[in-house]
Amino acid sequence: MMNDMAQDATAEGGRRIGEVILDLQHISLSFGGVNALTDISFDVREHEIRSIIGPNGAGKSSMLNVMNGVYHPQKGNILFRGEPRQKMDPHTAAAQGIARTFQNIALFKGMTVLDNIMTGRNLKMKCNLLEHALFWGKAQREEIEHRKKVEDVIDFLEIQSIRKTPVGRLPYGLQKRVELGRALAAEPTLLLLDEPMAGMNVEEKQDMCRFILDVNDQFGTTIVLIEHDMGVVMDISDRVVVLDYGKKIGDGPPDEVKNNADVIAAYLGTSH
Amino acid sequence: MLYREAGQFKASYKEDQQIFPIRQDRVGMAVILAIFFLAVPMFASEYWLQAILIPVLIFSLAAIGLNILTGYAGQLSLGSAAFMAVGAFGAYNFMLRIDGMPFIVALILGGLCSALVGVAFGLPSLRIKGFYLAVATLAAQFFIVWALVKFPWFSNHSSSGVISAQEVNILGFAFDTPVLKYLLTLAVVVVLALLAKNLVRSTTGRRWMAVRDMDVAAEVIGIRPMRAKLSAFAVSSFYCGVAGALYAYTYLGTVEPEGFNLDLSFKILFMIIIGGVGSILGSFLGAAFIVLLPIFLNVFMHSVFAGSLPAGLGSNLELIVFGGLIIFFLIVEPHGLARLWTLAKDKLRLWPFPH
Repeated sequence: MMNDMAQDATAEGGRRIGEVILDLQHISLSFGGVNALTDISFDVREHEIRSIIGPNGAGKSSMLNVMNGVYHPQKGNILFRGEPRQKMDPHTAAAQGIARTFQNIALFKGMTVLDNIMTGRNLKMKCNLLEHALFWGKAQREEIEHRKKVEDVIDFLEIQSIRKTPVGRLPYGLQKRVELGRALAAEPTLLLLDEPMAGMNVEEKQDMCRFILDVNDQFGTTIVLIEHDMGVVMDISDRVVVLDYGKKIGDGPPDEVKNNADVIAAYLGTSH
Repeated sequence: MLYREAGQFKASYKEDQQIFPIRQDRVGMAVILAIFFLAVPMFASEYWLQAILIPVLIFSLAAIGLNILTGYAGQLSLGSAAFMAVGAFGAYNFMLRIDGMPFIVALILGGLCSALVGVAFGLPSLRIKGFYLAVATLAAQFFIVWALVKFPWFSNHSSSGVISAQEVNILGFAFDTPVLKYLLTLAVVVVLALLAKNLVRSTTGRRWMAVRDMDVAAEVIGIRPMRAKLSAFAVSSFYCGVAGALYAYTYLGTVEPEGFNLDLSFKILFMIIIGGVGSILGSFLGAAFIVLLPIFLNVFMHSVFAGSLPAGLGSNLELIVFGGLIIFFLIVEPHGLARLWTLAKDKLRLWPFPH
């Protein structure tokens, strides 16, 4: 099933992929003496599924953190929709339509599924504190209006039955799904997924793949994906970038990357 | 059997988002309000009103304030009593210095003064967390009490900073009897509790809780931690400030800065820990528990050991039992009385057929 869907996605791929939305030029990032990323350049095109792969510690998550403004690279330029950005904080990134999920689930544990996903829409809610306190008229209308959008996300991810459950009580696979829901609630143009399938069994992975492909297909969301499951990466990605020790060693369509000598060496080692 | 929600269908999100979505809860709440607004003033004695009900209500309000900050926004604070002092002295000065100042306006202005001071002392929360923040808020506790004693302007140059609350007068109607003071306190507390409940179930509350649970993730979805934390400090201090003003005007009548000491801050902290961190209902339960238990123990000791114990031993025994009961409750239900209530409701929903 996964293969069929992946083929559909790639078959359509050429048609729907648009302009470059995020262009990373010569990014270097270091923490003290550790060089996390060294001179990395690649771009992300609109509507594509772009994967970042690499062994542990290659700098994949750092790359995502650079993209949404959590880390500030010492060198390099980032162009979002053609506009360069220098100083960037996560709030600005979110306002520009960049949403993400985390490698270790970063849900709000004390809140229900519904509240978690509602929080994803916080940037679109305009009422102020006093209006919230009165919860009358405008604030109530706004809450209901956004609740409708959130219910669409809940339907999409098929988690209707757990909407009032505190997320701390949910199993791992569902928590990952709720986290995706929270990111989707913001209606992002660019969605960064940090190992959305880590620690899942085959069925859960299939579900997650389906959601990712559906998001990409139905909403046209651009997706940057970090994943260790090579089967998944090769099946659903349009283009793959390979990092190793903070350097880029491969970039291109899955088939090309698969046969790249440097990539094989990084994953399997070389004979000397 | 009585607590069934079968047949109550919610056809709109508006119905689903009510504070009490279950009809029995709404009826229960109406009955409770009717008892406290109508029955209690008719039957309660002056002692009950003055020594029990009014302080429970005022401490509930302060506990809601601290709960907003600690329970919802996750910022520990040991300065609640100091913020109460700011509210009390603020309201006093507005009443004193502006002719014809309406009491309710002075109450709100006192709360706003407290909110401003709260924001100022909340600034360290942007850099430090947890226990370290609690220690930083101690600065507020000591500084404010010191300033109120040091600068006699605040207490209108009275000796040792003691202030006597002016007569409470709303639209020409004097609130001078215990019953009227009780009703005034109750009305203020009910309105503010409702507003607090609205806040915590709205986007503001979700922002607070998001910062509490996972601040990095909150930032990534576009919440500004600075705004969330400072707004929590402001709202929390406002509630404490109003509670402090009521403490002076409807409860004690005469207060001094030293009355708002660290002990009182701890008392409010215990209230939310026992009542339930992150629960508006818990603030009421915790306040009632902390105010009522010593009184209950006192009466109990006197009736059981009437005269057979030396006076000193009896009162120390009360303290020991009080401490023991607090530990007992924390072990049985670390999430507080409010959680016990929720669990009881969940059981009651299915009772007597638990399947």
